[in-house]
Amino acid sequence: MGLLDKKYHDSNIIIVSLDSALNWARKSSLWYEQFGLACCAIEMMATAASHYDFDRFGIIPRSSPRQADVMIVAGTVTMKMASRIERLYEQMSEPRYVISMGSCSNSGGPYWEHGYHVLKGVDKVIPVDVYVPGCPPRPEALLEGFLTLQKKIEGESLVEKKPSEKITEDADRHETT
Amino acid sequence: MPTAMKQPEEIAAYLNDHIDEGVLGFVPAEVGQPWISVAPDTVKKIAKFLRDDQELRFNTLMCLSGVHYPAEQELGVTYHLHSTTLGHTVALKARVPIDNPRVQSVESIWKTADWHEREAWDMLGIVFDGHPNMARILCPDDWIGHPLRKDYVQQETYMGVTTRF
Repeated sequence: MGLLDKKYHDSNIIIVSLDSALNWARKSSLWYEQFGLACCAIEMMATAASHYDFDRFGIIPRSSPRQADVMIVAGTVTMKMASRIERLYEQMSEPRYVISMGSCSNSGGPYWEHGYHVLKGVDKVIPVDVYVPGCPPRPEALLEGFLTLQKKIEGESLVEKKPSEKITEDADRHETT
Repeated sequence: MPTAMKQPEEIAAYLNDHIDEGVLGFVPAEVGQPWISVAPDTVKKIAKFLRDDQELRFNTLMCLSGVHYPAEQELGVTYHLHSTTLGHTVALKARVPIDNPRVQSVESIWKTADWHEREAWDMLGIVFDGHPNMARILCPDDWIGHPLRKDYVQQETYMGVTTRF
């Protein structure tokens, strides 16, 4: 990115593509919606605490979905809670991401057969970007999940349209002509 | 003033002496804790006596549980009582037929019973007469069925989302 080579030292200019500058900023300040539902929340808290220290990645907990970029669904999603999760996800501003943390929110976990009250995977109600396996996952695993999400963000473009948006745009054009 | 701690069989005998109806008998368990069998429509009166009598002083309802007995087509409620002043403990059991599962509420005797009775209603469908708010406590209000019954079959969808894998 020309940050370190001092090439433009005197004129105080960095030359970089718009996307990589935006993505660098976005991936370095992933504010997450705290959504602790069960024992996974304890590991999430441990990850945020001083020993593992989320803050060094710019990952900061928010209590409001309106201020959050990413939601960590940490724990068992009951049928009763599913509609609330959907509502909170809708309240997040775009671009928004979801990390499904632990077996329960990945697939129902230990409740997948006999848990009448458990949603068998949070991806049945909201789209999930990264699945973190474990029961519960260790803090290292959750950090790995965030690093994976950062890689995903690096590959995105806010300037160019997403493939899905292009498709709908093409379809609209076909309808008008 | 302080009276002695009592054993469960002494408490049963004491109840028999002081309560006219509703105390059905003392059951010495083969394993674990013995219990006193009581009639479901006299539970409140017996509970009030157990709490207020100076020889008993059961000031704590430790637990109130619901039970399903599929072979007998019955539901049951188990009360575990403890006296923090006298140190003794006793278990009461009341059984009701599954097609008319009505038990008197003891919410007015021990406030602990409020949520416990709601749970027994939610999970097993036992109706507590006299409870101020007989609503589900764990499942959503529009849930179908009582999940801890042995013959429970879970609903396939809830709010348009499948409950299956």
